[in-house]
Amino acid sequence: MNNFLFELKEGLAISLRAIRANKVRAVLTTLGIVIGIASVVLMSTAVRGIDNAFQTGVASLGSDNLYIDKWQWFNNDIPWWEMRNRRNLTLADYKKYKDLAKLPIASAPTVWSNQTVKYRERSVEFIILQGTNEDYIKTTNLSFSEGRFFNEIESNGGREVVVFGSEVAKKLFPRGGALEQFVKIKGHKFKIVGVLSEQGSWVMGNFNPDNQAFLPIQNVFKYFQNENLRSVTFNVRAENSSMVEAVKEEAVGIMRRVRGLKYDEVNDFSINQQEALLKTINQTIGVIQIAGLFITGLSLFVGAIGIMNIMFVSVKERTREIGIRKAIGAKRRSILGQFISESAIICLIGGMIGLVIAIILSLVINQFLPTSVDANAFILAIVISILTGILSGFAPAYTAAKLDPVEALRYE
Amino acid sequence: MNIINIEHVAKIYQVGSEEVHALRDVSLKMDKNEYVAIMGPSGSGKSTLMNILGCLDTPTKGLYDFKGTNVSQMNDNELAAIRNKEIGFVFQTFNLLARSDALHNVELPLIYAGVHSAERKEKARLALDHVGLSDRMHHKPNELSGGQKQRVAIARALVTSPAIILADEPTGNLDTKTGEDIMTLFNEIYEQGNTIILVTHEEYIAEHAERIIRIRDGMIEKDERVTKRYVPKKNGSSKV
Repeated sequence: MNNFLFELKEGLAISLRAIRANKVRAVLTTLGIVIGIASVVLMSTAVRGIDNAFQTGVASLGSDNLYIDKWQWFNNDIPWWEMRNRRNLTLADYKKYKDLAKLPIASAPTVWSNQTVKYRERSVEFIILQGTNEDYIKTTNLSFSEGRFFNEIESNGGREVVVFGSEVAKKLFPRGGALEQFVKIKGHKFKIVGVLSEQGSWVMGNFNPDNQAFLPIQNVFKYFQNENLRSVTFNVRAENSSMVEAVKEEAVGIMRRVRGLKYDEVNDFSINQQEALLKTINQTIGVIQIAGLFITGLSLFVGAIGIMNIMFVSVKERTREIGIRKAIGAKRRSILGQFISESAIICLIGGMIGLVIAIILSLVINQFLPTSVDANAFILAIVISILTGILSGFAPAYTAAKLDPVEALRYE
Repeated sequence: MNIINIEHVAKIYQVGSEEVHALRDVSLKMDKNEYVAIMGPSGSGKSTLMNILGCLDTPTKGLYDFKGTNVSQMNDNELAAIRNKEIGFVFQTFNLLARSDALHNVELPLIYAGVHSAERKEKARLALDHVGLSDRMHHKPNELSGGQKQRVAIARALVTSPAIILADEPTGNLDTKTGEDIMTLFNEIYEQGNTIILVTHEEYIAEHAERIIRIRDGMIEKDERVTKRYVPKKNGSSKV
């Protein structure tokens, strides 16, 4: 053990000496590894960042929620035309469900419409208007930066009130003061009674509450959508995740009754879960991760080939040096160790530089997309760069170790 | 006691389909504290003999007994250990590591011997002092004259206190005066009780030794005592 440490220390000393003697070459060789490690680390932090954003985004929608819908969202084992032929879920269905359901802590009907919202000369296109009732807020984890959600009276009375997501409010009222103002949607006037605080889950796109507006469901049917053509989705919230299954079972039973299905008829509705969404997201992220690591891995591989190439050149060039070392008593192991540690050190230095570059770049990218640099990235960079060095240095080092001292000393 | 005992050694190289007999049948013995010159024209097999004596190569046939150990069948690593411990090489072209200073060059065999840094540096300093280069320790080879380079090489050969010093044309790349200084240094080393094998093709260099072995066509042509050995004067020659 002591002997091994001694050889390791001396091997490293010899390698550092050799690297210092060939600075320009070392720098150029390292460049490939720098780029390789930087891209691998950047890729992995970006993927982790996207993953985190999805997780928080899904969580802000409420992770103990069920969605009773005409359509099954994921795992489409039911043919789409069969779902299309299902009867729409109606507001009346919702009311029956609500009266019969005992387990959920809250439920709300939703229907959406895509509209342009105007305030004086300003307008914002493609706002998702969520028509719902006063219970909607209880099915989510949303909070307010100002104002409140619309109440039961406003909801039942179909008053022209609206609640804005933070992004919508920011676009229409860049200097604030949205509360109590009137906006026009498709020519109809609505009063802003509340603005949500920022949820920041950008990855959810239009599903992000930041980009939505909420208003009583009757108004959507009155002004924007034909009630007979649109199916309503029921947002149902369980008390906690252990209750989700029970709520789901109860919902199936109630919905079959509400829809008047006979015992031999299949469900003409679907109960969707966050879990399915998460699963789909995780699959997507997994694919991105594998594809990304493969592509960035290729650049690292190219860097490794560069190292191997330059180590072969170095061995060839230093044939005489190897001859001298062997003549005065260096064993194969010592020569092998010398060249492998030389390539490992070059790669490690490259890896460290690459890591620093990756951190700087990820701070820059963080302004636009979420990234997350953590201890894993450091360990990843160190382990991968040393491993790359050892693997790409092995073949050249082995060639060096095997040289015949007589031949090597004669080499010009 | 014999340090070196070679019996019926032959070395055959395979060049294409042809066999080249570099050494045909060589037997010789050497004692401790001998000063032997090996002479011969090029192609005579003297380099091959030197490589075998220096444990850089092994014979195809025959026995090589070095200090009571049969080294003729040893593998690469075992030979490396023998070279490291028992043999000090001095080459015509010096063979120093160009990018390392004199001290590190002299230290090198001790690194492979597993000697720790402090002790190593101390020994290397003493060896450089011994050849009169205590003021050149941190000079790189390209900052040294030919004679100084060869002194560094001699210090490197001496630093492990080897059983034999093997010098291959040590004056071949030096002018006459510097060459003579180096030979004076070898004489001192010899008088201190070391065993020296000198490979040369110059008669006047060979005459510094006390015994000359002449090689021709892979055989020993003549093995003779030097009757009028040339002993160089000592006056301060180690302070070039």
